[in-house]
Amino acid sequence: MKIPYYPGCTLNTVAKDFDTSAREAATVLGLELKELDQWNCCGASFPLTPDNVMGLTAPTKVLVNARKEGDTVTTLCSVCYNVLKRTNKAINDDRDRRNLINEFIEEEYDGSLQVIHFLEVLRDRIGFDKVKNLVKRPLKGIKTGTYYGCMLLRPFEDIGIDDPEAPVIFEDLLRSLGCEPVEFPNKIECCGAHLAMGNEDVVVRLSGNVMTSAIDSGADLIVTSCPLCQYNLEKSQKRLVQDTADYSGIPVLYFTQILGLALGQSEDMLGFEKNICDIRPLLKEKGV
Amino acid sequence: MKIKISKENLQSEFVRKVERISGETLSNCYQCGNCTGGCPVSYEMDYGPSQIIRLLQLGEEGLLMNANSMWVCVGCLQCYSRCPKCVSAANILEALRQLTLRKGTDHENVSDLPFPFLKNAPQQAIVCGFRKFVS
Repeated sequence: MKIPYYPGCTLNTVAKDFDTSAREAATVLGLELKELDQWNCCGASFPLTPDNVMGLTAPTKVLVNARKEGDTVTTLCSVCYNVLKRTNKAINDDRDRRNLINEFIEEEYDGSLQVIHFLEVLRDRIGFDKVKNLVKRPLKGIKTGTYYGCMLLRPFEDIGIDDPEAPVIFEDLLRSLGCEPVEFPNKIECCGAHLAMGNEDVVVRLSGNVMTSAIDSGADLIVTSCPLCQYNLEKSQKRLVQDTADYSGIPVLYFTQILGLALGQSEDMLGFEKNICDIRPLLKEKGV
Repeated sequence: MKIKISKENLQSEFVRKVERISGETLSNCYQCGNCTGGCPVSYEMDYGPSQIIRLLQLGEEGLLMNANSMWVCVGCLQCYSRCPKCVSAANILEALRQLTLRKGTDHENVSDLPFPFLKNAPQQAIVCGFRKFVS
């Protein structure tokens, strides 16, 4: 099975491990993530004011290019997913904005594409049961804090991947890999997002709360699907490890790195060495 | 804090403009405070999301435009997710940001951004930050 894939800017650069681990895992699952022939940045934020039509032009161009390659496009980054899916819905639902954008970018796009997250590909097209059957290295006893953040879930009526207050898609995937997902209070709270630009104290507080809440709930590691969450958590972790005597730290990984590990990819190929808290001693300790 | 309620403020063009840009109807908010309760950054704001909406209902342009709230909002949509009336305080705060940025007033000076941030941060943080903070 081949599926058109939009990597987005961050996965092409600082989050390369997210991209490569997903492509490798997809191959094992009998799937090819076929990168779009042509793509541009999605704009990294869906314009919250409906009068800001200009902010929709970049993501619409991505959708136009994706539509040329099929009726579905998948993406890994939560923000890209949010922006593309919301833009697609806006174009589909609102004739005035659709006409205005089409005139401006000289295209005839109607919003007929289906934008799905890679997690949805795994759940709905492959099936977690099949994923489970292909696991070569069950991650037994690894307690995972599944960190959703904001953009994968909200707003519910536009995104609808799962329940916005009590999602389970991440937990269901991790269970199929042998992990033990743990509930923690901050799993759908914000990491501080773009406040990384200019307001680091807020980011450290918010991301710090996410990590301590996961640690206090017994998690051994945190998984995420957002490169900005990963960056904010890791950057905050660096400060917390330096400044706080009783903060021990927790590995923060992309869910595809854990997926790849369970599917038998070599630890050396998954980029674990880049994390502030290394997961490898934990794997040894748990004997997996 | 003492606020003088006047017909001019209540019916000001500023308030109508915020409604037009945000797409939100301010009178839908009945001040239950769920948005402020769920907001992860309200502790850092001069006025929390529900207070921002109340000040808008009262037409307090000066207080609103001088408050830091619009620059602290992360747009996580927890406010909207928990609002019983489906009001998006995030959209309203974005409208206030847009009103400032559209006048050419930047909140962040691009040349002041530290080099390690520009080098190491995900592109999405930089692009999103520019969209939220720079005209």
